[in-house]
Amino acid sequence: MPYKRTQVLVCAGTGCTIGNSGALIEEFEKEIKSMGLDKEIEVLRTGCLGLCGAGPNISIYPDNIIYKGVKKEDVKEIVQEHLYKGRPVERLMLNESDQETNEIHDISHTRFYQKQQRVALHNCGIIDPENIEEYIGQDGYFALGKVLSQMTPQDVIDIIKESGLRGRGGGGFPTGMKWQFAYNEPGDEKYVICNADEGDPGAFMDRSILEGNPHSVIEAMVIAGYAIGAHYGYIYIRAEYPIAVERLKTAIAQAKELGLLGTNIFDSGFDFDLEIRLGAGAFVCGEETALIQSIEGERGMPVSKPPFPAHKGVWGKPTIINNVETYANIAQIILNGADWFRSIGTESSPGTKVFALGGKITNTGLVEVPMGTTLREVIYEIGGGCPNHKQFKAVQTGGPSGGCLTEEQLDTPIGFDELVKLGSMMGSGGMIVLDEDNCMVDVARFYMDFIVDESCGKCTPCRVGTKRMLELLEQICDGQGTMETLDELETLAKTIQDTALCGLGQSAPNPVLSTIHQFRDEYLAHIIDKRCPAGVCKKLLRYEINKDECRKCGLCARQCPVGAISGKIGKEAFEIDPEKCIRCGLCMKACHFKVIERK
Amino acid sequence: MKSLDELKKIREQAKERMAVRGQEGQEYRVVVGMATCGIAAGARPVLNTFVQEVAKEHLPVTVMQTGCIGMCALEPIVEVFDKDNQKTTYVLIDEKKAKDIVLRHLMHGEVIDEYTVGHYSK
Ligand SMILES: Cc1cc2nc3c(=O)[nH]c(=O)nc-3n(C[C@H](O)[C@H](O)[C@H](O)COP(=O)(O)O)c2cc1C
Ligand code: SF4
Ligand code: SF4
Ligand code: SF4
Ligand code: FES
Ligand code: FES
Repeated sequence: MPYKRTQVLVCAGTGCTIGNSGALIEEFEKEIKSMGLDKEIEVLRTGCLGLCGAGPNISIYPDNIIYKGVKKEDVKEIVQEHLYKGRPVERLMLNESDQETNEIHDISHTRFYQKQQRVALHNCGIIDPENIEEYIGQDGYFALGKVLSQMTPQDVIDIIKESGLRGRGGGGFPTGMKWQFAYNEPGDEKYVICNADEGDPGAFMDRSILEGNPHSVIEAMVIAGYAIGAHYGYIYIRAEYPIAVERLKTAIAQAKELGLLGTNIFDSGFDFDLEIRLGAGAFVCGEETALIQSIEGERGMPVSKPPFPAHKGVWGKPTIINNVETYANIAQIILNGADWFRSIGTESSPGTKVFALGGKITNTGLVEVPMGTTLREVIYEIGGGCPNHKQFKAVQTGGPSGGCLTEEQLDTPIGFDELVKLGSMMGSGGMIVLDEDNCMVDVARFYMDFIVDESCGKCTPCRVGTKRMLELLEQICDGQGTMETLDELETLAKTIQDTALCGLGQSAPNPVLSTIHQFRDEYLAHIIDKRCPAGVCKKLLRYEINKDECRKCGLCARQCPVGAISGKIGKEAFEIDPEKCIRCGLCMKACHFKVIERK
Repeated sequence: MKSLDELKKIREQAKERMAVRGQEGQEYRVVVGMATCGIAAGARPVLNTFVQEVAKEHLPVTVMQTGCIGMCALEPIVEVFDKDNQKTTYVLIDEKKAKDIVLRHLMHGEVIDEYTVGHYSK
């Protein structure tokens, strides 16, 4: 039978691959064969469906049913019940069904997907990323065909300008304008770079796009090359993304074979080729000037701007550098028009944004929403809120360059300018949810620790200054902080912002300033009361035995690894010596009468 | 790649192969009952006939299976839903009748009275 009646798409994104979705593919093939269905049903791999936390996930067409958390043992049941008899296995289904009629709702009407709109992630989870024909089947490379056969370079730049597309790599710089600068430069040796460094801890938007829809980036880079007059491109990607790198290699090879990369594409006389450059995964190499250095084979250290890359970039030639997600929007804008793109999102931030939801959130994973959606909708309706009935405390956006937003700010519509106004930023799309168990001073310390590790060391404010900031934060966490420490922290932060050479240093103080601004109380609790309200900062924890309630059994003393507990069995209530105590918590677990408290 | 036409050819082939994944803008949904009795009565070749014909003709139609429809004696049963979710139930369908339904109902919008459950129970 030439056409299959059913297709089983197994997620082969990094998240689900770690959950061993590879074994599911084999198991499905085996079971399908044993039921004699292999001529009717096909098993394929696809990209991220977004529900990575619940993975491995699979999707079944034409029924449009998603099964989550599928184990090898479940495969037989799915094949026998669903694929053979047409009865979906409800216990594994993401789809919700109607309480009364039992009718299974379409996947797009589930709480997780309802408010999402997939533009940059379109095709992810629907096509096989290792098959260029599936991409073409979804109108892939038709934007390139249109550009090369009907449009001048300036037409292309104009439509991108009109669309209002802004860079998704963090800064939000208007993409069309950037292309115009490079176009205006004379000469015909120019370059197109794709920034796939994605160094922000917790972020995996770009990786998922490259794994699930690699051709969208390749197609856009060729279009960009035509627009600015470049014939060569680099995709700079970290070596820690092996699946994405492999998919890209496959995609590039397939595009070359079909002549969608190479010489005289679409018989237009236009040539374009590209190569992958692997980065070692330093955060600073995501900064554009450092990235260019790295491509040239130098150490990845930033240089001062101007000159901007559009003027003097890689090999000293005009260069545009855009983020993966930025490119993933290009072909759609060309095919559907600037007005279509503007109809999504807000006036100042058109289109959608992909976020990697993580931290204390029920649905960890990848979501794409129109700009203007509120943080509350993303966190509660799509993300399902904090698990275990914990109280939401803050959401961190923008990673090590961003800041925290509080409960009161959750109704803010998402947009580049809106988030900056509140002292955070869009960043590349990491969104970490924090609950009552997170200490905000500790969060600031975490990001500063990351920065100290990642600072390239070229300029003093960042190399020395961030280290000093980290020390001050550690003092506060350890209960050694005073009000002067806090003042010093703020002064230092402002100095670094003003004097560091590159964006890494300039934005490094943001998480500290934002948490001081939003959660001053917590800083004061550490400094004045020597208390960590969330119970995270170990040195500030105190274990105390309630003397009146103690049954004098001595169990705790026996557990204590450092002999910090003294008393007389049956005679004298036991007591903890805070000087000796190393806050391991063993005594609290040991006490049957629950009379030991942590404060 | 020399021309858009060449690209279009690849797209057409891929679309046929991916037809089961099409979701938006579908005119009809064909649902074949595939519980035990349906399979025994020959629902499987009926289902596959629909899949092949629909893909071959590039019809905006989703073909799926379901479990027990509740009228075992009349299997194979095929339900055709239109855009407004109006249902036509065809009973005792075989491969030939399936082809008729594709041609007359799915391509030309004609309900084939003599195959419907209404006609049978009269
Ligand atoms: C420290 C630092 C790290 C960065 N990391 C990334 C990154 O991982 N990916 C990225 O696309 N842009 C990153 N950027 C932003 C890039 O410098 C550049 O602005 C961006 O790639 C431009 O593309 P866009 O206009 O499409 O967003 C980083 C910037 C700084 C200062
Ligand atoms: S700010 Fe930091 S990362 Fe940037 S150049 Fe200076 S030392 Fe290097
Ligand atoms: S917390 Fe650990 S170290 Fe401290 S008193 Fe209890 S058992 Fe001993
Ligand atoms: S285990 Fe509890 S009751 Fe027993 S001595 Fe220790 S604190 Fe007192
Ligand atoms: S990696 Fe499978 S759903 Fe994200
Ligand atoms: S099992 Fe076929 S209609 Fe009930």
